[in-house]
Amino acid sequence: MKEKKYDTKKEFRSGLKDGIPIALGYFAVSFSLGISMVAAGISSVDGAVMSLTNLTSAGEFAGVRIIAVGGTLAEMALTQLIINLRYSLMSLILSQKLDESVTFWKKLLIAFGNTDEIFAVAMNHQKSLTLPYMLGLQSLPIVGWTLGTFLGAIATGLMPTSVSIAMNVMLYGMFIAIVVPAAKKSRPVLIVACLAILFSCLFYYIPFLHQISEGITIIICTVLAAVIGAIVFPIKDKKENNKEDI
Amino acid sequence: MNIYVYILVMAVVTYLIRMLPLTLIRGKIKNRFLMSFLYYVPYACLMAMTFPAVFHSTASIIASVAGVIVAIVLALIGKGLITVAVAASATVFVLSLLPLPI
Repeated sequence: MKEKKYDTKKEFRSGLKDGIPIALGYFAVSFSLGISMVAAGISSVDGAVMSLTNLTSAGEFAGVRIIAVGGTLAEMALTQLIINLRYSLMSLILSQKLDESVTFWKKLLIAFGNTDEIFAVAMNHQKSLTLPYMLGLQSLPIVGWTLGTFLGAIATGLMPTSVSIAMNVMLYGMFIAIVVPAAKKSRPVLIVACLAILFSCLFYYIPFLHQISEGITIIICTVLAAVIGAIVFPIKDKKENNKEDI
Repeated sequence: MNIYVYILVMAVVTYLIRMLPLTLIRGKIKNRFLMSFLYYVPYACLMAMTFPAVFHSTASIIASVAGVIVAIVLALIGKGLITVAVAASATVFVLSLLPLPI
């Protein structure tokens, strides 16, 4: 490695700036995550540690519910694997866009904060991705996510139950906001999403299926719906080209 | 069980998922089925977690259903994540002030 082709400070600052809106959004959502953690009997500090080390809304949300009912570690690991499997795809795509100066050890750092939103912003970035840019981009969202969880958990005791229950719905609202635009654009996504809802409702409302734990239920519904989607509507080659040959 | 054992398992699994493809895989994944499966997983997973749990997450099913409808409509007309999430939540809050039958 010869001299650097980029200005470290400038790259870091540019990343920080791009991370501000993500951080604000994370703060609001993790605030409601903190509330649901308290409802599951998790303390504000434990919740903040979970958010700091995991950085994943859906994964933590499912994890909290498994902890609440005292699920097994195998169930926890499998649930996280399935729910967070999408990150492997994002990391794969992201790896194609990294600057050549990003070596193995630097990749280990970048991987930690590869969330849905950070990935989306990074892919929109006009230049190849350097380590300082990625660290800048990730730092504020990580702070926002952790702090929001902590304050949400603390605030639960201070606000009326009706408010904390209503804020519980925020996370679901966010999930809906992620899926609906994609389903609007793509009929296969719409059908896969509807299948997942159908399976999930069957598991919830049919008494003997309701016995199965929540984590396993999410896995079964997700895998079933996604496998049907992959068989009936395999993604087209054209789409694959758009995604840089993943 | 100690909660930090759970958190450790969660964090390790999640980190490996993010780290392994970034560091190990150099070439291109060509398997179309696998690519399609990975493409659909997030949507299926988020919906399986949301429904029907969201309907039972508040004191009133009517309030929950209203919150979901507001979220879907706002998302359909292109509102952002936070707007949708806050509006759904506000809807539930306002309705929870009313004496709803269910």
